[in-house]
Amino acid sequence: MGPRLALLALAALLLASIAALAADLPTLTGRVVDSAGIIDAGTRAALTQKLADFEAKGSDQIVVATIPSLDGEEIEPYANRLFRFWKLGQAKENNGVLLLVAPNDRKMRIEVGYGLEGTLTDLHTKLIIENDMVPAFRAGDFSGGISKAVDDMIMVLNGNPEELEARGKRNPAGNGAPIDPIVAVFLILWATIFFGGLAMAFLPPMFGTKLSPGVYRWLGMTFRYGRGPGGSSSGSSGWTTGSSGGGWSSGSSGGGWSSGSSSGGGGFSGGGGSSGGGGSSGSW
Amino acid sequence: MLAQRLARPSTFRTLPAFLMMAIVLPLLAGCGYNTIPTAEENAKAAWSEVLNQYQRRADLIPNLVETVKGYASHEKDTLDAVVEARAKATQITVTPETLKDPDALKKFQDAQAGLTSALSRLIAVSEAYPDLKANQNFLALQAQLEGTENRIAVARRDYIQAVRDYNLTLKTFPSVLWATFWFRSNEPFANFTVDEDKMQPPKVDFGTGTKQGG
Repeated sequence: MGPRLALLALAALLLASIAALAADLPTLTGRVVDSAGIIDAGTRAALTQKLADFEAKGSDQIVVATIPSLDGEEIEPYANRLFRFWKLGQAKENNGVLLLVAPNDRKMRIEVGYGLEGTLTDLHTKLIIENDMVPAFRAGDFSGGISKAVDDMIMVLNGNPEELEARGKRNPAGNGAPIDPIVAVFLILWATIFFGGLAMAFLPPMFGTKLSPGVYRWLGMTFRYGRGPGGSSSGSSGWTTGSSGGGWSSGSSGGGWSSGSSSGGGGFSGGGGSSGGGGSSGSW
Repeated sequence: MLAQRLARPSTFRTLPAFLMMAIVLPLLAGCGYNTIPTAEENAKAAWSEVLNQYQRRADLIPNLVETVKGYASHEKDTLDAVVEARAKATQITVTPETLKDPDALKKFQDAQAGLTSALSRLIAVSEAYPDLKANQNFLALQAQLEGTENRIAVARRDYIQAVRDYNLTLKTFPSVLWATFWFRSNEPFANFTVDEDKMQPPKVDFGTGTKQGG
């Protein structure tokens, strides 16, 4: 529940920050988000399975989305907004693809993440739209057009098998971002030094037994504090607490948050990828 | 008194000082010192992406002009206008250092807008040539051009956002304190000023043939 709430809050922030807001963004409920209700159940299940298998293979995230209406917005900015909102693709690869269909506006778009622009080029997406989707959509066969388009996208992305395999290896499924062992060792060392010192300074006087002024016994060890018998606070009057200049927090670093990699756990979520507007659009 | 204190160095006496340093020094980064440089670099990076996409468009044009020439050689005026606008647009570059100058950005923007409209005219007139429209090379170039125009729009949106964030750090509390006391030479960046409609990719109207666009 926590992450979901955080995501919602974040979405609200994101939405508020974007000036012109025509349509609300749907939530990412799975690999096929059929808000317009134009894909039949059998195709949806097949597509979901196909896309899950494909992600397991090369970590590329393809998502099919349909929305009833764009509410007057152009499909390009909407698709880009939705792509970035859902964070499709792995964070470091940006290997997501969004296939968006808006039946009431009779428009569709394939938005390609930064990392796949070289493989699934603008021309590929254009050809897929014009040859697979447009004829099927004109005949009213949304399910068929979409699944054909997905098949062809997967075929194009499979066209470079070595690269796909390497991508899959770099982004093994299931585990969250593993902590670099060097970083872990450093953190442990730092914590020991930092908190050890802190503990030595404060804990024995609090929990230990006082043997004499400035000498405490705790956990079988004797701690001596270099406080003279005269004044207990003579040492601490000399220094002041840094010059932090009043400004203590900044917060608004401009979208510098990261969402980590997909947290597994059954549900499907974007891996943190982004898109710079690659791909192409079409209408029928 | 100070000398007296220094003359009696005690390891345990300095321990609180060390602890305080350990606590305070990391907080210095947390109290906003990094905010302004971070936002500035973000804005510069966003600008590089804008330049990158405009360059990508400029690189597509020679091929496009050659292809169109093969089929529609007597559209010389339109072709020349594109070549000329491209030459003009590539002459003007705005480096991150000159981003503070609204006039330089305006000039750059005008030149690129000129290229955009020349290109939309070219795409519009090529609709009248069925052979050209069926040419694979032209189709590919057109798809790339559309994609690039969209990438430009995205890069510009990102730049506008990044500059807004950066300019805000220079004007709002608490980062304005750092701006006044430390980053005095930092100035707000200029932002794009055109209205949304000019940012749209050139429209291709299949219904009305040679209707002029842009």
